[in-house]
Amino acid sequence: MAQSPDRPKESPSQTAGPYVHIGLTPNFCGIDGVYASDLGATMVNDRTKGERIGLRIRVLDGTGAPLKDALIEIWQADADGLYNSPSEMRGAADPNFHGWGRSPTDMETGLCSFETIKPGRVPFRDGRLMAPHITLWIVARGINLGLHTRLYFSDEEEANAQDPILARIEHRVRVSTLIAERQGDAYVFDIHLQGEKETVFFDS
Amino acid sequence: MSEPGSNRTPETGAFFQRDRQWHPPALTPGYKSSVLRSPQKALLSFDNTLSELTGPVFGHAMIGERDNDLIHNFAMPGESAIGERIIVHGRVLDERGIGVPGALLEFWQANAGGRYRHKKDGYLAPLDPNFGGCGRTITGEDGSYAFRTVRPGPYPWPNGPNDWRPAHIHFSVFGHGFAQRLITQMYFEGDPLIWRCPIVGGIRDKAAVEALIAALDMQSTIPMDALAYKFDIVLRGRRSTLFENRPEGN
Repeated sequence: MAQSPDRPKESPSQTAGPYVHIGLTPNFCGIDGVYASDLGATMVNDRTKGERIGLRIRVLDGTGAPLKDALIEIWQADADGLYNSPSEMRGAADPNFHGWGRSPTDMETGLCSFETIKPGRVPFRDGRLMAPHITLWIVARGINLGLHTRLYFSDEEEANAQDPILARIEHRVRVSTLIAERQGDAYVFDIHLQGEKETVFFDS
Repeated sequence: MSEPGSNRTPETGAFFQRDRQWHPPALTPGYKSSVLRSPQKALLSFDNTLSELTGPVFGHAMIGERDNDLIHNFAMPGESAIGERIIVHGRVLDERGIGVPGALLEFWQANAGGRYRHKKDGYLAPLDPNFGGCGRTITGEDGSYAFRTVRPGPYPWPNGPNDWRPAHIHFSVFGHGFAQRLITQMYFEGDPLIWRCPIVGGIRDKAAVEALIAALDMQSTIPMDALAYKFDIVLRGRRSTLFENRPEGN
């Protein structure tokens, strides 16, 4: 017998369930007066640097129906490609941009909206630049462990073509599942949980 | 950057890989909603980039005085929620056994009768006018946290013809990197419904289920006031940067 590494294991995940709003967006579901506002509801202010964009996201199940009880969190760099995080060692990010947002899908339409800025490029591990992207984390009833993916932008074709993560996708036809289409000042992005158009999800 | 007053050197190493045999898989047919909401294709694996290594931090200033007291944070003045009064406390650790300070914890639950304050919950058990069901806190320097609430009741749900959720409290946790993001549920020691639940049953390893069961902690009770349960939460650990090869590509 050898010594055991004897490390604690990560707590196993469980679904966020259909009432996730009570805990994470209580004002959205009518629980007023406990918190002044829902965390992550506002991402930009007048002083935030960068191009204002909207994100219009839907999450679709295996029949193509939009989830009306999902919740999405996004995490992104500022306009200069810096993260507002203690682990960011390259410099101070825009103090007027936290970089994190949270939004439930609409209970009637399933549409999930964010008003944010377009992120700058962030280096990959070897120093090459990744294409501008936003990290998404999706939870809902029926999802046992939060799903991790990225949103890239349709008007960044050249950068997308050089992106080291997109380059890792073996079946090239699936790359398009991570690219949001520009419509005016907003990007439209459908996340397919399963089926032919299934979005690429990450283990990272 | 670091919170004011913190003298800790930020860590930048990659997170330990998730053990997806330990977590419930995406498709757990006994939990029917997972059937159409589970990806069927393989996940794309890659070592963390800056996008996963970094994560948002939340300052203690955002926490209100009663955010960690569910007995009172929705109650009318002078009143309190009905139910078995409990303290839930513990530590947020990582897989190295190190406390995670400054971690935002959010929690939500049904009331003592198993009814959620949510318009989609049509269970006939009544709402408690003095109970909202949400709370939050930020861990201290050693990763410790505590809150006060009432023990939630079990409730029936439309899955099998007669499925009941065990009493549980939902937890949402932020560590220091977005890759540590976790949502889970806490169960109560001795509840016979735990081992009949299809959501719990999605976890294959008995030891993993046991890691979600809080122990009755008589040392931490408040005599003549509240019982106590201890619940530790473990987040992904991270490698030392000693042997990292230019992680930021500088």
